[in-house]
Amino acid sequence: MSTAASRSRTQQPASSSPVGARGGRRARGSLGRLAVNALLVVLCLLWLVPTVGVLISSFRPAEEVTSSGWWTALTSPLEVTEWTLANYGEVLEVGMGTAFLNSLVVAVPATIIPILAAAFAAYAFSWMRFPGRDLLFTLVVMLLVVPVQVAFVPLLRMFVGAGIEGSFLSVWLAHAAFGLPLATYLLRNYISSLPRELIESAKVDGASHFSLFWRLIIPLSTPALASFAIFQFLWTWNDFLIATVFLQPRVMTVELVQLVSAYGQDWHLLLSGAMLTMIVPLTVFFLLQPFFVRGMTSGSVKG
Amino acid sequence: MEQILTAVTAIIAAVGGTMILFWLLNQATERLPTSWEQRLKPYVFIGPALVALGVLLVWPAVRTIWLSLFGPNAQEFVGLDNYVSLVTDARMVTSLVNTALWVLVVPAIAVLVGLIVALLADRLKPRLESLTKSIIFMPMAISLVAAGTIFMFLYAWRPEGMEQIGLLNAIWTALGGEPQTWLQISDLRLNSVLLMLILVWMQAGFAMVLLSAAIKNVPQDTIEAARVDGASEPQIFLRVIIPQIATTIMVVLTTITIFVLKTFDVVWVTTGGRFATETLPVTFIRELITVRDQGQAAAVVVVILLATIPVMIYNVRRYRQQEAT
Repeated sequence: MSTAASRSRTQQPASSSPVGARGGRRARGSLGRLAVNALLVVLCLLWLVPTVGVLISSFRPAEEVTSSGWWTALTSPLEVTEWTLANYGEVLEVGMGTAFLNSLVVAVPATIIPILAAAFAAYAFSWMRFPGRDLLFTLVVMLLVVPVQVAFVPLLRMFVGAGIEGSFLSVWLAHAAFGLPLATYLLRNYISSLPRELIESAKVDGASHFSLFWRLIIPLSTPALASFAIFQFLWTWNDFLIATVFLQPRVMTVELVQLVSAYGQDWHLLLSGAMLTMIVPLTVFFLLQPFFVRGMTSGSVKG
Repeated sequence: MEQILTAVTAIIAAVGGTMILFWLLNQATERLPTSWEQRLKPYVFIGPALVALGVLLVWPAVRTIWLSLFGPNAQEFVGLDNYVSLVTDARMVTSLVNTALWVLVVPAIAVLVGLIVALLADRLKPRLESLTKSIIFMPMAISLVAAGTIFMFLYAWRPEGMEQIGLLNAIWTALGGEPQTWLQISDLRLNSVLLMLILVWMQAGFAMVLLSAAIKNVPQDTIEAARVDGASEPQIFLRVIIPQIATTIMVVLTTITIFVLKTFDVVWVTTGGRFATETLPVTFIRELITVRDQGQAAAVVVVILLATIPVMIYNVRRYRQQEAT
């Protein structure tokens, strides 16, 4: 590892190490590089194999899945009779189809509502002066790490009292509130870093805060808004905790857990079900990875 | 078809409703005299967020602390009984011990793996680097429930003599072992460790992304200076790079710790907390949904909340420092 480290550092153009030293390191470097690459390949395999196994199994006939290892299918991958879509058809009928729609109904509003509320709040925290501003924002920072479960018992009682227990509305409210601290925090970091002159000149031109917000702040904040939107969407789509406690209709994660308890040994159903729950998050992930990464680094490092 | 229509209507109603709320609030303040408008406008902007946080998070959290002193249905006052049972009931004690183990093991290993990949992938060609990172990062995007299912299949067991379909048992039997029901073996907390690996699998990517960004930010000249002074590469790593990314390491450790303290899905879907695998968030849901003892559930979650307070203080301090500069 150490020789590899020196090798790559000397490769960088900014490096100013003596030429002689560089040559010496390169000689030791090839062995080091081999070890490094081997270690990375092993790690990547370890990270990939669990998912690949499930992916392959989900296309195998039910009796095959439970009678032989998925890796045996790799020895004759071109035998068409070995592959089937029946598992997916079956699991969609058992309830995954409806659950897919329910997941959408939960995740879309549960993403947009907190973003809107947080963007307004972030603007006020950044560009308006009012008593209690720093104290309130410190509260937001404190709430960042509060485990959401701490609100569950009173919330359940509150929702029952309001007659909305088990409804989508109750879950939107819960997700919105639980997503707000991070949303406000991230967006405030971003919006407060926008150039002051831009906002001042718009104010001089007579723009109200409201139009300033819609016409200037929102378009300029698109990268931050997109980053958080991806987070919150994945979070609400993948959520099992809030859905299982608060929601009557079943979303995909709840349906999957239901399958596990009802069809525990019917691996073909569980595995194709698991793959179905992953389609949307993985699509979002692969299409929007740069936003995802940027959101994570800005949220945690910059702090 | 009808379902899709309902879904679309629900989505539009929820989003439109929120927009209209802000518009109405703004209209209302604009009708006020200018001086009042100036004074009230900030609160219109932060109002909905604050009300939501107050009503749906802060106030319920305070209520929970109070309810933890009551019986199952919040009717009779029981004092600290719910907390006493946390340290006397065998299952709860197991849960406490397990949670401590999870908090000690998962963040540390995730950071270690993340650091290794961040350091090593940095030396690859750009395309290979991003491929490697995507692979390590991918599990972050999927649900804990799906991850639990994936690993249950990996740990699957068939009786001896049958062909193994779980990869772990296939390797184990190929090496001459007898097939094991891995998730039922609580000796040395083996089953808990196997479940912890699922969370490591999911969180290492998060650690890697943040640590990689931090490492790339380490000024090259500090490394060169050390090299000129004759420092070896391990020394450079320990004395030059690590101190400069220490804050990021801390942030990653605390973030994953908080995540571990909250997460119940993995244990819930794989073992349901049986075979001595229960952790506090699992105990919370069991008390809330299965046992239906709201007081006990509240006490469990108050303990989780207490465990997060050091991180909360650390975050507020860091935020204050950043504001001061």
